[in-house]
Amino acid sequence: MEPISIEGTPKTPTVKFDSKTGIIEIKGRSIPENSIEFYKPLVDWLEEYAKNPLEKTTVNVQLEYFNTSSSKCILDVFKKLETIHKAKHDVIINWYYEEDDEDMLEAGEDYESIIRVPFKMIEIVE
Amino acid sequence: MSFDVQEYYSKLNGGDVILAFKGSITTDLINNVLEEVETKLENVDEESKIRKKVYNVLVESLQNLYHHVEELPDALKMKDKFESKFGILVIAKVQDTYKITTGNFVTSEKIKFLKDRIDKINSLSKDELKDMYKFILNHQKLSAKGGGGLGLVDIARKTGNKLEYTFQHYAEDYYFFNLDVFIT
Repeated sequence: MEPISIEGTPKTPTVKFDSKTGIIEIKGRSIPENSIEFYKPLVDWLEEYAKNPLEKTTVNVQLEYFNTSSSKCILDVFKKLETIHKAKHDVIINWYYEEDDEDMLEAGEDYESIIRVPFKMIEIVE
Repeated sequence: MSFDVQEYYSKLNGGDVILAFKGSITTDLINNVLEEVETKLENVDEESKIRKKVYNVLVESLQNLYHHVEELPDALKMKDKFESKFGILVIAKVQDTYKITTGNFVTSEKIKFLKDRIDKINSLSKDELKDMYKFILNHQKLSAKGGGGLGLVDIARKTGNKLEYTFQHYAEDYYFFNLDVFIT
């Protein structure tokens, strides 16, 4: 599978998906008016990856901002990861948030309560 | 007498205004506003927690406007010289409170939906808002425009304050919807 590597912009995140290392990364800002366009290829990639995943998949999500349009797409990404986890493969989602950003921590906890995949909340201390 | 949007806007655009805009709500406008406000907030040395809240709420407010502005019929637009996709945005700071005001035209049929939605949101506790957010997130599909019905809930959750609104009759079936959001 070809890896995905997308540079971030002021409104969309940096994305690195690699099937050889099993590392999935989404970092930066995700605030496009319509996020479906941006996330569709990522969800499709994961669907393909889910057919033959590595023993362990590590997901790093480190967002500074995301809008509600993105929040649904991020849930779709997590649902694909849940499928992989249900098929008895290791998946861990590392959710990074800045030390004073309670809203971002809470957003991570919202996902954790919906998605049956282990989450790790990681505080970034400056 | 019909509601005078221009006069209303000039009243808003006074005092401690950080940014005020009236005109077409486009993607470019959103990008420019976000960039400008981010720079201004950095310069006033605002607490990063508040800065992030203001920015987040601004993103949702602008995108709500972008997705929901109602286009006036040509005759009305020409009469009062309104640009297409007309909306207003005013960000002001009064003492320690940021106030984000948005305004746009809606047709009468939207009023009930909006009123019910906002009144419902205003009646909920913090935990109930969280549950509502999670329910919509998990059960409602995104519209083709990318809206998810989450914007107002998210704003209420992040600010912890009640949403204030008015509907003023403008002309024919059109009303001006004004929404005030407070970040404290």
